[in-house]
Amino acid sequence: MNSPGLRIHLKMWHSRPRLCNSLRTAEGGCATKEVLRQQLSRVGLRFACPTLLLLAVAAQALGAPTAAVIDAESKRIDVMNKAKDAVLAIFPANGRGGGSGVVISPDGYALTNYHVVRPCGKAMQCGMADGKAYDAVLVGLDPTGDVALIKLFGRDDFPCAEMADSDKVRVGDWVFAAGNPFLLATDFQPTITFGIISGVHRYQFPAGTLLEYADCLQTDASVNPGNSGGPLFDARGRLIGINGRCSFEKRGRVNVGIAYAISINQIKHFMGTLRSGRIVDHATLGARVGRDEDGRVVVRDILDGSDAYRRGLREGDEVVSFGGRSIGAPNEFKNVLGIFPKGWRVPLSYRRDGERRDVLVRLAGVHGREELLKKAGGRKRARPHPVPKPDGKPKKPAPGKDAKPPAKPAKPAAPPIPKIVAEHYKQKRGFSNYYYNELEQRRVWEAWNPRLNLGGSRGDWIISGPLSGGGKYSLHLSNDAASLMLPSTEINWTAGAELGNSLLPEHSGGLLPALFLWRRLAVEGLNRFGDVYYYGTAPLAGHQGLADVLVGSHKGVDCRFYFDPADGRLLALEMFPDEESDPCEVYFSDYRQTDGRLLPGKMVVRFGDEAFATLRIEGFKAEEKGED
Amino acid sequence: MKIEHWKLKIENSRVPTRSVGTRRNTLVPTVLRGNALSATLRVAATDAERRKMRVPTRSVGTRKVYLFILLLFSAPAAAAIVDTIDRVHPKIVKIYGAGGFSGMESYQSGILISPEGHILTAFSYVLDTDYISVMLSDGRELDAKLLGADPRLDVAVLKIEAEGLPCFDLSEAVKLEAGARVLALSNVFGVALGGEPVSVQKGTVAVVTQLDARRGVFETPYRGPVYALDMTTNNPGAAGGALVTCGGELAGMLGKELRNSLNNTWLNYALPIDKIRQSVEDIRSGKFVARRDPEEVKKPLRSLDPTALGIVLVPDVLERTPPYVDRVLPGSPAARAGMKPDDLIILSGDRLIQSCKALAKEMEFVDYEDPIRLTVIRGQELLEFTLRSAGGSKPSKRTYP
Repeated sequence: MNSPGLRIHLKMWHSRPRLCNSLRTAEGGCATKEVLRQQLSRVGLRFACPTLLLLAVAAQALGAPTAAVIDAESKRIDVMNKAKDAVLAIFPANGRGGGSGVVISPDGYALTNYHVVRPCGKAMQCGMADGKAYDAVLVGLDPTGDVALIKLFGRDDFPCAEMADSDKVRVGDWVFAAGNPFLLATDFQPTITFGIISGVHRYQFPAGTLLEYADCLQTDASVNPGNSGGPLFDARGRLIGINGRCSFEKRGRVNVGIAYAISINQIKHFMGTLRSGRIVDHATLGARVGRDEDGRVVVRDILDGSDAYRRGLREGDEVVSFGGRSIGAPNEFKNVLGIFPKGWRVPLSYRRDGERRDVLVRLAGVHGREELLKKAGGRKRARPHPVPKPDGKPKKPAPGKDAKPPAKPAKPAAPPIPKIVAEHYKQKRGFSNYYYNELEQRRVWEAWNPRLNLGGSRGDWIISGPLSGGGKYSLHLSNDAASLMLPSTEINWTAGAELGNSLLPEHSGGLLPALFLWRRLAVEGLNRFGDVYYYGTAPLAGHQGLADVLVGSHKGVDCRFYFDPADGRLLALEMFPDEESDPCEVYFSDYRQTDGRLLPGKMVVRFGDEAFATLRIEGFKAEEKGED
Repeated sequence: MKIEHWKLKIENSRVPTRSVGTRRNTLVPTVLRGNALSATLRVAATDAERRKMRVPTRSVGTRKVYLFILLLFSAPAAAAIVDTIDRVHPKIVKIYGAGGFSGMESYQSGILISPEGHILTAFSYVLDTDYISVMLSDGRELDAKLLGADPRLDVAVLKIEAEGLPCFDLSEAVKLEAGARVLALSNVFGVALGGEPVSVQKGTVAVVTQLDARRGVFETPYRGPVYALDMTTNNPGAAGGALVTCGGELAGMLGKELRNSLNNTWLNYALPIDKIRQSVEDIRSGKFVARRDPEEVKKPLRSLDPTALGIVLVPDVLERTPPYVDRVLPGSPAARAGMKPDDLIILSGDRLIQSCKALAKEMEFVDYEDPIRLTVIRGQELLEFTLRSAGGSKPSKRTYP
């Protein structure tokens, strides 16, 4: 009975006297940590291991948490404690309603739900765990995906959440949600709820065409009205999703163990477009898919004006993979479609008669421009109507603002917009906040144009180089015309009222008007080119990562300019003569410094599925003056 | 020597306490799945220790809560749960049947209990059709047939034509105590479409209690013990789902939605498998089956019919009209036995009756002279009547066609 081991055990037992009465002895004294250490050393190394073993076994058997348990628990508390700092309680300026959000950059960009900010208009107040409320302005809106980007003011060192790869999340992973359910947090301390991932790659039908939750995460962590827009964190406190929707049924608008979060990977795709201050649209392929009797996913019908049709996709073709994911069910197809912005070009693989074809397809928008503005605009109540699912089950998005059904008081006068918000807001049709579009336009421009070192010269450009088949070419780009001189012939193009009317040279899709627009942007600048806006970011064939995209319209054609975000180089341009035609694509590469100018050494021209030409650039001359 | 001594002490200590040993049994192997502690354990555990760990009773108790806290945020542990879910997912199926209109979802969940396609599920209106289909986790959709159901427990067994399916063995199901950490897997809200894995929720067994404690409040014929859960499992489509331990052992079947009509609260519960097992075996061995094989038994010369018992059923207007008693003729055997209008006949003998037609058909096999045992649902109660036809006592009046 005098064994040191026993004494240690008795200590453990004492934490549960009811269970160990029968074992109480006179020896049941206090064993402090110090005593424990002494005892262990006395027993010696030989016995330390079995002692620890039995300690652990006995402690667990008797319900006393071990050091490992306490350690794990305190780690969890630390993770949550750190994560909570980036969580927002969002309130409209009039103070009625509210939701949640999460900061994602030290300079104050933050994510929330579209249905949370919709009643806020352009300005909102964001409470943080430090107890302070910060002014914030609306930046970008994604009404279809139910995402909004806002920007906080007042600090340049906001605590922010690190983003994880939400495709690596697995069912059963521990997660926690943070936010402001039922608008409880008068001191802005977020409420934390804990749970597991119940499902991944879930598809939740939209309400009409808005608020579609594609490829979302499902969790049993409690998400309630007011949690909308708040973060879902993984066990390490990294951001994996934005909570925004629950399955409700007959029990009213409270959590029933089924909540959905927009995956952070989807939001990463949209981040550039959200920062553009635009009202962003989701994508459609222009084709509908279904399952055939063999269980394959096949194209049911397809619009002949769609890019997928031009890339050869036809009714009856089997969709093998899309957007980098293999497709085994129609739902998986919808999931992939839901995570890309309008205008992206993504890989599609399909099979016909056993032959597989891999193409890149451009995704069109779900909405027409006016349609989206009409649906997204207005200050109506954000709560969309539940839509019946095909199985007849209504689904409602979690409310952000109306935690309590409001007994409508007399409408208070709109509170004044804070000065800092007014300074960072610019209204323009089609944009949620044009100020941020101009900001991004200037950023891209400043990274590119000065390195062309035109020094204000606005004269003609003369570009020359060798042809692969021998001989030389020469390009002449001016204010209203472009020409291509080849050894055998000369092609002259003049800018008419509609640039799309003449797409020379033939089979190029319009190389001369495309290069004409290239010079025009460089020479005339953002304001004199025509209508220019910053699209956001998009993938580009042959380029790692996403590229910054400026879209310019001039004389009836749209031209997309792709820039490398790392160094500002122009990577490519695409000139679209109209919405249902393939663009002329020009890829610039082999950049080198010539006469103090950073210029491409090579142009690859493509049209449709064909390469048109590869032109090496050896000579580049920008004349000083042009006619004004 | 000293070690031997306190080892003995621990063993002895188990006696006065409540099944501590069984807890060690379930705890230790889980710990062994992987964390720092396990290494120590594995090295140090003597053969004698290991033997002690294998205590025959299978039970998971409160201590598992601590284990869970221990496992939280430790990567191998998270992986263990993720792996458990991966293992259990293929054993859960989605069931589609009748319903699809307001408040009546046309789907629920089921548990594969044999490699050849027996499925345990909740006995509900969803099964009240000839067209039940089952979606397996691999995306295959198969027609299912209702093998039988035990209305006393609200459990049913379906059968699909398949082989080599991943399944639970009901005889290996575990018993839980309050505090046990559990996972619920079900087709809740029909969220998982097609071959997508069903939803998983985590929670704790809050209490093991008799459902009849709430008699008169919850509308269910079942009165036995249930696992009341601290997670919201009482949702559309969840019935028939599996309640498993974090090691993936089957412990219960999620019950049908139960609402307290007094205060509009809902009960989250699961039926313990050990309470269902006998019923399932009965169904599989031919009891409570829905239909009689006409080849199997010869019809009697004169069959019993409901009017001879004084029972008038509701007009048979649907393909499957629920066999409600419309009227009971005064002075008839049914009236004397105490049958009442609005009783719903669910069993004739041990045979499942799902429609007026089924009752009529079943009665064709009952001799006019023989007694018939009818089980009915009245309100929330299950009542049994043994009736003998009015003419049964007067054999002289027996006529032959």
